[in-house]
Formats: sequence, C-alpha cells, structure tokens
Amino acid sequence: MKILVGLKRVVDYTVRVQVKPDGSGVAIDGVKMSINPFDEIALEEALRLRDAGKATEVVVVSIGQQSSMQQIDSGLAMGANRGILVKTDKAIQPLTAARIFAKLVEKERPGLVILGKQAIDDDANQTAQMLAALIDRPQATFASKVEIDGNLARVTREVDVGLETLEVELPAVISVDLRLNTPRFIKLPDIMKAKSKPRETLELASLGVESGDHLTVTHYAPPAKRQKGVMVKDVPELIAALKAKGLL
Amino acid sequence: MSRILIIAEHLNGQLNQSTAKCVSCASKISGASIDIVVLAAQPAPIAAQAASIAGVTRVRTIANPANEHAIAAVYAPQVCAIAGEYTHVFGPSTTFGKDLMPRIAALLGASQLSDVMAVDDAYSFKRPIYAGNAIITVKAPTDQLVVATVRTASFPAAGAGGSANIEAAQVDVQLPTHTRYVHLQQGGGDRPDLQTARFVVSGGRALGSADAFKLIYDLGDKLKAGVGASRAAVDSGYAPNDMQVGQTGKIIAPELYVAIGISGAIQHLTGIKDAGTIVAINKDAEAPIFEVADIGLVGDLFKLVPELMRAL
Repeated sequence: MKILVGLKRVVDYTVRVQVKPDGSGVAIDGVKMSINPFDEIALEEALRLRDAGKATEVVVVSIGQQSSMQQIDSGLAMGANRGILVKTDKAIQPLTAARIFAKLVEKERPGLVILGKQAIDDDANQTAQMLAALIDRPQATFASKVEIDGNLARVTREVDVGLETLEVELPAVISVDLRLNTPRFIKLPDIMKAKSKPRETLELASLGVESGDHLTVTHYAPPAKRQKGVMVKDVPELIAALKAKGLL
Repeated sequence: MSRILIIAEHLNGQLNQSTAKCVSCASKISGASIDIVVLAAQPAPIAAQAASIAGVTRVRTIANPANEHAIAAVYAPQVCAIAGEYTHVFGPSTTFGKDLMPRIAALLGASQLSDVMAVDDAYSFKRPIYAGNAIITVKAPTDQLVVATVRTASFPAAGAGGSANIEAAQVDVQLPTHTRYVHLQQGGGDRPDLQTARFVVSGGRALGSADAFKLIYDLGDKLKAGVGASRAAVDSGYAPNDMQVGQTGKIIAPELYVAIGISGAIQHLTGIKDAGTIVAINKDAEAPIFEVADIGLVGDLFKLVPELMRAL
C-alpha cells in the first residue's frame, strides 16, 4: 500500500505573525518557514505504518512555489520515499488543494491519504474532508490513533465530547490531530541520504484542475485587544473583585 | 433574499446549543429566512427542540437509520440533496461541523468559510487566521452557495419561543457504507459542558502532574464550573484531550474564566477572548495571560487555590 502525505509550507509556529499597518496582509517577508506541524504528524504516522509493514511507500506532496521543495526535502529526510511538488505561484485555497490531491490520487492510487487537520496559517480545516468527498471515499478526521487491519482502518478521533472510533474501508483519507504521535527529529546523515531520493515537479497548469479559489480577502486586521484589567494582591481582594462584578 | 439552511448538531436526542448559535449568526443577515435540517434515526424530539428556537422559519427532518451517528460521508449527500433550495448552508465550528461542512462544500463545488466570527453582509464575513493573530474580512461570490462554519463563541444562543413548522424532507440518495461507527468514549462526567458552562476553570502546565490537576477539578466543582486545560497540560497528560481550551481545542465564551498556572500562549488566548471576565492566577508576573486578564493575582497556585476554595 502506498500512502500520500501533504506537506504545506507555512510560517513557523514560533513566529508571531503581525498584520501590516495598511491592512493589506500579514508581514511574513523573511520569516522562518517550516512544514505545517500537523502535516509533520501526518508524515510521522505514515512512516510508522510503513516501518510496521502496513505500507510499502510514502510519497510526500507539497503545493506551492519552488521554495516548497524545502519542505519536500525535509519530508524525504524524515524518511519519505519520494516527493512531488505541484508548482504554482498563486496561494491556493482548500477546495483547489483538494482537487489537486484528487488528481494525484487518480495518478498514484494510494491506499491512504494522510493530511494535517488544519494548516496553522489559514486555519481552514477543510482539505482532507473535501478530498474525501471528491474521491467519494471515507474520511476519518482529527485522528489520535490509527490502526490498519487489512483493508480496514480503525481510527480514534478527538471530538468535542470525547473520543470517537470509526472503522473505514480503504482507500480512505485521514486528517490528524496533535496527539497522534511525536514526529522524529531529522539527523544530518538523513539529509545526506535524502539527496538521492526522487523528486518530481508538476506544473499546476498541466494537471487540468479547475480552480476552487472562490473567496477574496478584502481586509486584514489585528485582533481586538482586551483591556488590561486590575491586579489584586491576595485572595480576599480577588473575592471582592468577583463580587463587585456580580459573579459571586 | 437569503435563504439559510443550518445543520442541527445533536447527541442522544438532545439538540446541541451550537445550533441556536448558528441561528443567531444567520439572523445577522438581514431579511434572511432560516431553516434547520435535522438528520437522525428518529428526528422528531430533536426537531421539536429546533422548532422552538426564535427566528427559525421551518425545521426539516431527514429520518434514516443510517443517520443514527453523525458520519460526515453519510450526512453530506443528504444535505446536498436539499441544499439547492438555499443561498447559504451553515454548521457550527464544533468537531461535528468541522468534519461535515467541508464535505458538503466540496460536493457542491463551493468554497467554505471556516470559523465565521462576524457577519458584515450576506456575502462578507470576518474570520480568524494565524491562530487569531489576524482577523480577515472575506468576500464570497454572490452567484454561489455560501458554505460556512460558525465560531460558536462569537454568537449568543438564539432564544426560545419560536414555533417553526416541522416537515419531513424527501431525500432519495445512495448512502455509502464504507464508514462505520464503532463507539464513543465520552469524557467530562457530571461536570458542566465546557462550551456552554457559565463558569470555566482551567489548569496549565504549572500544575506539574495529573495528580495535582485534581486541584482544578475541586475548584471547578466548588464553583459549579466546567473544567478545561491548556494545550501544554493536555500534551503533558495532566488532562484528557476533550478538555483542551484554545484555537486548536475548544473555543469558549463563559461569563467567568479562571486560568490557573496558564502562561497564555496566543492559541490559548484566542480560545477565550470572548469570555466575560478572565481571572488569572500565575506565579510569573510577566506571563502573557495577565495582558488579557480582567483580574490578575500573582502567586503560588498551590497556596492560593486552596485558600480561594476555603473563602468561597
């Protein structure tokens, strides 16, 4: 079985993103870029499944400019077998990303597609579900545990009321949550070893994907700030302050 | 005129309050008619609850044994079968809605707006990106169905007192059998639900262990509060995942939020920014949580929390 994993290039999670003063966007020139943390968890899970003999090949896919090849390089250094960059200069939206993945599924015929539940830039949380819809296959979102048994995947999902378990027939799409695993660190020899792994670049225009970029962002604003409150010096003052607000 | 369809969220025959919050969001679109659709094995009791929400025009039911559990792949084609009658389809930005709505959007060839926090007009909305570090205004095309999830903490639940008609919708679509529900392990116990509780008490990394986290449960019980945790506390195993408060966990808006031993990472602050009053207890006077707290108290939580409980 082949597993397809998506790796999105995003602003590193340690960077505190600021809105430009004119409201035209966020200031991200020159900031550190990384693999979306949820996608790293997706890749780690795919690698573990392969190393446990449940899969034979892990293919990492990124969509973006040539710079996204860095994330494919990192994915190959983590242990993926092969990388595909779908090249486009335009920032695409989730429906387009899902349509691109649907094309790649047609081409690659994976048994599983594992994606992060959301990217930490647009926080959309859509691509996995949209892909599953487009290829008419099961989805198991927000996974915190994945077990493969023959043609079935048993997936535990983090839902608001607790943990839900679903059983899905393969091929299927899984989106992963934070606590599924802890991704491995890349060691220097792995980077060297990854240099010879196959990398393929496909121009988005050559895939014949209909754009799903229907939304337009008209303004960016910083979040509304809460007023800084008062500091109290002890518990009796805290109780008094809560009583003054009518909360006790 | 906008015709809005809201997908009801429910569990064990009870309508989730997130549905009334979606109604509240939908009612910000002037002149809109609002329908709710209830997919269930036995929708009648849930539909009755939905019909009593003020501002709802009509409740439609889709009864099917396959709808016993909310499986997105099963619900989505049924919603799509009636979606053509509407200009907007809304669902809550809970794990239920986050799972289902993009599947609906993709089948309809529509884009989705996630986590709508404000409505400018029928085709312009505000939503957070970068874990709440930026708020964007997004325009959706007017010639396409608008699919959106509603950030429930941004809207009050619409009131009761409605008396909408309840009608069965005729839906004839092939449903997949490739996805099967196995079981649900519910957390929480008897404590108030985090997302609807009036008071919430949360603990963070400073608790240091699952044993010490008992202090937070005790204070929660004393205040009749829901109990939450920071991502650091959940990742460290002090509390289960369904208690995580923040952008990647639950986004909440209680009247009172008490953050204990939580430093205040941006993704946590995004999850509580709509709380009425925020109280922070932390030993580090420089912790970012004090930038947003209405009432701050610097000190050792292991001394202050027991003292607080004695004083309550």
